[in-house]
Amino acid sequence: MEIPYTIETRHDTGLYNAKLGIWLFLASEVMLFGGLFASYILLRTGASEWPHGSTYLNIPLATLNTVVLIASSVTMVMSWASLMMNEFKKFKIYMGITILCGFLFLIVKYFEYSAKFEHGYFPSNNTFLAIYFTLTGLHGLHVIGGIVVNSYFWGAGSKMWFFQPKRFTNRIEIAGLYWHFVDLVWIFLFPVLYLL
Amino acid sequence: MKSTTQSNNKTHHEEHSELNFWKKYIFSTDHKVIGIQYGITSLLFLLLGFMLVMMMRWQIAYPEQQFPLYNFLIPFGVIGVIIMFIGGLQPKLNTVVGVCIIALTGLFWYLGTGEERMPEGIMLPEFYNQLGAMHGTIMVFLGVVPLAVGAFGNYVMPLQIGAPDMAFPKLNMASYWVYFIGGVIMIASFFVPGGAANSGWTSYPPLANIATTGQTWWLLGMVFLITSSLLGSVNFIVTIIQLRATGLTFMRLPFFVWTQFITSFLLLLAFPPLEVAGILQLMDRVAGTSFFMPSGLVVSGQIFPATGGGTPILWQHLFWFLAHPEVYVLILPAMGIIAEVIANNTRRPLWGYKYMVYSIIFLCFISFIVWAHHMYITGMGTKISAFFQTTTMIISVPSIVILSSLFVSLYGGSIRFNTPMLFALAFLPMFGIGGLTGLPLGLSTSDIHLHDTYYVIGHFHYVVAPGTIFALFAGIYFWYPKITGRILNETLGKIHFWGSFVCMNFIFFPMLIQGLQGVARRMYDGGQQYAHTQNVLYLNEVMSIAAWVMAVFQVFFIINMFISLRKEKQTDTNPWKATTLDWTATTSPPLAHGNFETVPEVYCEAYEYSVPGDAQDFKPQNKQ
Amino acid sequence: MEHSNIQQHIKKYFYVFAALMVLTVITVAIASFHLPIAIAVTLALIVAGVKGTMVASYFMHLISEKKTILIILAFTIFFFLGLLFLPTLTEIDSISRNVS
Repeated sequence: MEIPYTIETRHDTGLYNAKLGIWLFLASEVMLFGGLFASYILLRTGASEWPHGSTYLNIPLATLNTVVLIASSVTMVMSWASLMMNEFKKFKIYMGITILCGFLFLIVKYFEYSAKFEHGYFPSNNTFLAIYFTLTGLHGLHVIGGIVVNSYFWGAGSKMWFFQPKRFTNRIEIAGLYWHFVDLVWIFLFPVLYLL
Repeated sequence: MKSTTQSNNKTHHEEHSELNFWKKYIFSTDHKVIGIQYGITSLLFLLLGFMLVMMMRWQIAYPEQQFPLYNFLIPFGVIGVIIMFIGGLQPKLNTVVGVCIIALTGLFWYLGTGEERMPEGIMLPEFYNQLGAMHGTIMVFLGVVPLAVGAFGNYVMPLQIGAPDMAFPKLNMASYWVYFIGGVIMIASFFVPGGAANSGWTSYPPLANIATTGQTWWLLGMVFLITSSLLGSVNFIVTIIQLRATGLTFMRLPFFVWTQFITSFLLLLAFPPLEVAGILQLMDRVAGTSFFMPSGLVVSGQIFPATGGGTPILWQHLFWFLAHPEVYVLILPAMGIIAEVIANNTRRPLWGYKYMVYSIIFLCFISFIVWAHHMYITGMGTKISAFFQTTTMIISVPSIVILSSLFVSLYGGSIRFNTPMLFALAFLPMFGIGGLTGLPLGLSTSDIHLHDTYYVIGHFHYVVAPGTIFALFAGIYFWYPKITGRILNETLGKIHFWGSFVCMNFIFFPMLIQGLQGVARRMYDGGQQYAHTQNVLYLNEVMSIAAWVMAVFQVFFIINMFISLRKEKQTDTNPWKATTLDWTATTSPPLAHGNFETVPEVYCEAYEYSVPGDAQDFKPQNKQ
Repeated sequence: MEHSNIQQHIKKYFYVFAALMVLTVITVAIASFHLPIAIAVTLALIVAGVKGTMVASYFMHLISEKKTILIILAFTIFFFLGLLFLPTLTEIDSISRNVS
């Protein structure tokens, strides 16, 4: 039994199944982070005082992380473009850089977190730190998820290129959409938590 | 998804005939098997939820009296044993279900004994709270929604749109097993120290924040259930948009498919905020944050050691952002089933099909901006309260359009009064009572009086129990021949219907009366200490007895499901003479083989019954 | 997509990358002025909004995406905005009381 439209697109929607699927998933992710941002707004407007991000957080490190994540988004889309141009080797390079950027982001995050803990800043200290750790922690989990998926497509999963190139390109596009979304969330998290 | 599509056609047949037991029945990727798995699991959860409430009803009717545990245990055990040995089924489905019912009886025994729950058979208030919280959780999240969406949606929807399977079969399997794990976590929470969650199914903080370990398990279980419904709803939407048969345009979809489509959107977009709420409450309980903890909270005379600065209202917003759309998740698939059954048994096209479709789309939209009508007494602003009252009144309009269309569809039809139709006919007034009793709750002035009284319980149980659950019964009686190739016994079915119908009203109507008198909900003695409750207190006993009698009538249903399986398989693929595509697939489509012998094409609308000039009184969608 | 088409796309990706970098610098620079909170929030969200739109439109190809997906996202944004602001609006009476 063959499921239709796994590779080619359906004529009236112009989509293949997985692309619609990932966008629906991202829509639900929008609501997930929407719920967190809504909590942030409600807690902050209700608070008698609210610290500026810089009193606890390290802005230069976070700026570095922003640059790293945006760069990884570019290499991610380039890895897909390379497959579109039938350049598998380039794909490997760009995807490799994307994964490395993901790791770099997590390493920087690790140093940030451990610095907080050394100073005795824990989620239980106040609402600002609570929401900081929850939001960045959840975002970090999304980054880890992205790295796992990307690593699979870079390694064992890339064999598919040799017998189903179209399908593999689709998969990279899907993985890319997710990765860009993680980047997009960070673009909002960065000013909200660190700069305001 | 990977392996099913990349292997070429030649190996397909061999591959399928080699499927072993585990791949065919347990870790199946076939939507029909997954639908049946969902169905059996959720029916068992419904039974468990019902068992819990039977225990609660004893306490309400006869407070502080010894619970006659064995009067309840023995019948359950006997039914379990009977089903186990009913025999003649392949694979041994009856044995599995029988063992499950015996296991539930064991759980019931565990709950009915023990010093920390029922010392000497007398229920502790803490344990009553656990039962209440778990009854709600199990019924809503583990029973009704998985049955309406997971079971019916999974089994029927792909057949009705002429698809070979769901768009992502492996995700579908994952969705079931994640749900299963979530259910196991929920049940396991009864066995942890301090027992299961006891802060109500709404888990309002700060009470839930400081509750026993069971609450953490509840939150973990919910995370699993939310993940399951996320996987499921993505799959449903993609399937409906992408895998419709040729010629099956959106306006030709059976109404049931439309309801599943909208329901999936509600699940997809409304559940994540509850996941957020769950994560935040987990942080509060585990990492010591104060998202929901106000400053200076005093617990048992001492200041609670939390940093404060949070607000319990935040939980209510996030919770009801899900839980209001969840009401429509409960009712929409029910309406879909009812529409199918009514069109089929009146032998007429649905009256106002288009407007019903527009109504549910509109309903989906508005359902996201009505949630704060559960929160009028939290002290919210008057302007915003007016906004939520307005949207609440507006959202009753599409429900009424749908209900009226269904009523009008009856007019002039030559109605066949079989069991599914009886349940469908009962649904209409019952859901009507449920819906109309909601209006006073949607207006903040009357809500102040009615809030947290038995009126609320009566209202939503009318929507869900004689409403949704009757629709689900109608669906089971209606599609049972599709799934098994046999029609359920009509006599047993009618006994089941009339018994349930009468008992349901004796259970839930008195609640409305009590609520108007001001009897508060969630009181473990049924409110007997208050002066204003005294003249309606006798109703507690009426309701409890009706609940236990209703359990007796469910036995007819359970037994019917299994003895009807032993009948001769019928050859007719379309016993109800229905028009939708599910009835053009072979009867009890072979498992894991795809659905249709030839790929169906659709030429007409969904309910072409009694077309003037036709020889037959129905025209299947795939007939030119 | 055609081969030459892709080449053009790649150029766009790098322009967007450059713009995102510039905007990151701008957003950090604005924060260093310690403006009044209302202005700071507005500016920061405008910059973040522009950056987010660029990522969504070009990296995620929303600019040329199919109608079905755009409709689903439009629905989502509607609900997202409701979720974002309605909870706080229900508290608006007590919030304004706090401020005054």
